[in-house]
Amino acid sequence: MAHRNDTPQRMDPVSTLLALTVTGLVTGCIYALTASGLVVTYTTSGIFNFAHGAVGMLAAFGYWQLLEKGMPTLPAFLLTVLVLAPLLGIVIERVLIRRLGNATLEVTLTVTMGLLLLLLAIANTVWDATTPRVLQPFFVGKQVTVATVVLTYHQLLIIAAAITVPLALWAFLRMTRTGIAMRAVVDDRELAALAGASPTRIGQLGWGIGSSLAAVAGILLAAQVELNATTLTLLVINGYAAAVVGRLTSLPLTITGGLVLGVLQSLALGYVTISWLNQVQVIIPMLILFVALLIAPPTRLRVGQLAPLVAPRVPSSRRSLGSTGAFLVLAAGIVAIIPSGQLGNVTHGAAVAIILLSLVPMVGYGGMVSLCQLTFAGIGAVAMAKVGGGPLGLVAAVLAPAAVGALLALPTLRLRGLYLSLATLAFGYAMDNAFFQNASVMTNNLGLPVPRPLGLDNDRGYLLFVVAVFAACAFGVLAMRRSTLGRRLVALGDSPAGCATLGMGIHVTKLVVFALSAGLAGLGGALLGGQQSVVGQSDFALLLSLTLLLMAVVWGVRTISGVFIAALAFELIPQLNGHLGPVGDSVLSLLVGLGAVGLGRSQNGIVGAVLSSPGLRRLPSLPHPRSHSDDVSREEVLTGAQG
Amino acid sequence: MLKVEEVSVRFGGVQAVAGMSLEAPPGRVTGLIGPNGAGKTTLFNVITGLQKPNTGRVLLGDRDLTKASTAKRARAGVGRTFQRLEVFGSLTVYDNVLLAAELAHVKNPSAAAHQLLERVGLGGFAAQQAGVLPTGMARLLELARALAGNPSVLLLDEPGSGLTEAECKALGDLLLSLTADGTAVLLVEHDMELVMRVCQHVYVLDFGQLLAEGSPAEVSANPAVQIAYLGAEEVSA
Ligand SMILES: Nc1ncnc2c1ncn2[C@@H]1O[C@H](COP(=O)(O)OP(=O)(O)OP(=O)(O)O)[C@@H](O)[C@H]1O
Ligand SMILES: [Mg+2]
Repeated sequence: MAHRNDTPQRMDPVSTLLALTVTGLVTGCIYALTASGLVVTYTTSGIFNFAHGAVGMLAAFGYWQLLEKGMPTLPAFLLTVLVLAPLLGIVIERVLIRRLGNATLEVTLTVTMGLLLLLLAIANTVWDATTPRVLQPFFVGKQVTVATVVLTYHQLLIIAAAITVPLALWAFLRMTRTGIAMRAVVDDRELAALAGASPTRIGQLGWGIGSSLAAVAGILLAAQVELNATTLTLLVINGYAAAVVGRLTSLPLTITGGLVLGVLQSLALGYVTISWLNQVQVIIPMLILFVALLIAPPTRLRVGQLAPLVAPRVPSSRRSLGSTGAFLVLAAGIVAIIPSGQLGNVTHGAAVAIILLSLVPMVGYGGMVSLCQLTFAGIGAVAMAKVGGGPLGLVAAVLAPAAVGALLALPTLRLRGLYLSLATLAFGYAMDNAFFQNASVMTNNLGLPVPRPLGLDNDRGYLLFVVAVFAACAFGVLAMRRSTLGRRLVALGDSPAGCATLGMGIHVTKLVVFALSAGLAGLGGALLGGQQSVVGQSDFALLLSLTLLLMAVVWGVRTISGVFIAALAFELIPQLNGHLGPVGDSVLSLLVGLGAVGLGRSQNGIVGAVLSSPGLRRLPSLPHPRSHSDDVSREEVLTGAQG
Repeated sequence: MLKVEEVSVRFGGVQAVAGMSLEAPPGRVTGLIGPNGAGKTTLFNVITGLQKPNTGRVLLGDRDLTKASTAKRARAGVGRTFQRLEVFGSLTVYDNVLLAAELAHVKNPSAAAHQLLERVGLGGFAAQQAGVLPTGMARLLELARALAGNPSVLLLDEPGSGLTEAECKALGDLLLSLTADGTAVLLVEHDMELVMRVCQHVYVLDFGQLLAEGSPAEVSANPAVQIAYLGAEEVSA
């Protein structure tokens, strides 16, 4: 990230240190603000809002638009921060979040990530991303000099905001009736409901306040960095690190985390010059996030699970052998008649299908939501590029990412749920910047040439090969699901406490699945590289990883057919794009976002809903396989008796 | 023999368990009863290592398990079921028990799983997805799953709730047959009929403390117990 304020070059060491620290503190204040908003929404609704940054981004654009229309600064700012942003938050809560009460983690994560893509798509459609826009800082040109440090009024305003906003929040939470009710909800939802506080009202308030804080941070940040939708949305990922330092619940710790992060980043920018680590300040938040996750006390095993959904049936070995054979025959027929001009796209889609397949064991079976699957794919592609296209290259494309996956699993063995996802996010983001943007890995700006494996230079032959690999891997994934490992994995996702009381050690299972899934993604990545013949950093970008995950979850990440159709859709939608003109650029994100948002209704994805209809209803409404006519009455007597 | 010594657990301002001790010897169904919120489930969580006690020890035979992980305790022979269900909802009924048998390194896990399902009366539902079972059947499934590990101590947290009269009676028979095989059963149950029938010894817990103990007849005759617990039951009956 690029700070506008240039680091003073010719100052004495003490002044330099001071200047860097102050710059860092200012940035840290923004992180603290945005992270506070994240904490407020998380604690009041129990949902981690991935779109928090996107809300701030949208607010910054809205504010810019108001200024363009001629509104004076202060009214525009107040209108955005106190009216528009809270309204957006309340609408989001009403339309999306409230329905997610009992949803699985993969669904809640997907819905807010879908929201992120949706807001991003809206911003990119309304405000064409290629036009540069400048959001003026507040009090342009005014500054003070304290000792040797120059502070603009804008920076002073940021510091003032970072001091007053948390104090106001604190006062609100301690001293007002509503605030106290909010804290009660944070402590114990059911208890607070008993005491008369309405969790829905409080959730709504939480999202309103959270969005308002996101807006403040977004506007201040946009004036400090640049008014660019993607940059702003992703920069706020830094706020995640601060929020995790505060365990997503403690405001003081969160604010401290934000400040420390800002200062470290600034110091790194000023002092660290590692030639191969040109993006060190981008990695720091991810390092902090990772370390904070690792040193945090382990989460206790949750006892008492959510109402489970109807899982799609697992085909028997005979059936999956049959359908694999049928798929291959059909695919071979289709491959034979595809026009040569389309071979490239279809091959690309088939390789993507393999990458998406790697999500099935991890996310679909084990409920571990990995946000860095394309990172593994990229490592696979790089491995084959370095080793060559022979059989050994293919082996390397599987083993290298598998080893990295296992290495990532080791420190994260004790993490679960959201924290595990955030760790994979941190890893993916850091790799994105330190590895894939690294000249010594990717050779040069033109990207890294990747060979076709096994000398498959004929396009049709290569497509057939990729399709066959997909079929074989899919068969393997299903076989794994039917094995002890598969049962362990599903059990782990359903009830860690249940697993533990059966004497199951979770570590081996997790390690194996990470390695397996990463290896599979790597293979897909290598084959994708072979099709493109060159891979670059943008092929494995974090946002693309999220898009792919969303695609898979929307179509059904628990089934092979679900991820296969997801890959097709992923490949087809950009094709439509070309015919839709400028608006079309965002169509993929828009559709994925909407799909993810719709997921709240059908949590097994579209394919899952079709496969297991009409079974998507929750436990209580299901027909009893056996008559239990006197259940209810007896239970009522019992609980009534002791209540 | 399972021994709990002077266990206390505090959640913020709530003293959930206060210096509770009990014994569950092999070949006996030991009852643990008490009103809602008395601390029964919390005590189970302490015994299985899902909850760290503030003070006290958990012993199995002469082994001190207080610091052992949940999985280690399970491998040492402590099995349990949950009041709030912890079945593996996405697996089939059969796979739930099969996995448990596999984890316990049973010789023929598949045969053992089928046999256990028959034993608890779920033989006809092996292929059902566990998550869609009604509560009572899910409890029976958890029982079968716990039994698959051949536990020497079995903790049951309200296994009878959600069962029909007939199923409840069958459950009682099953518990008695287990003790005949030398298993120690510790039973938390609100259904007093079941408790009276199968337990040889009952501990009554109130506000985390031992209120009374003795044979079912003794504790139900105890006035303090009647006030705290049984009184309410009789009023509603
Ligand atoms: N994780 C927790 N955090 C805070 N308080 C808890 C927690 N678990 C239990 N408690 C409290 O501890 C007390 C004992 O609860 P526990 O569930 O052990 O009672 P119980 O005897 O099993 O009741 P029931 O018959 O309703 O199942 C209750 O007051 C409960 O609110
Ligand atoms: Mg209980």
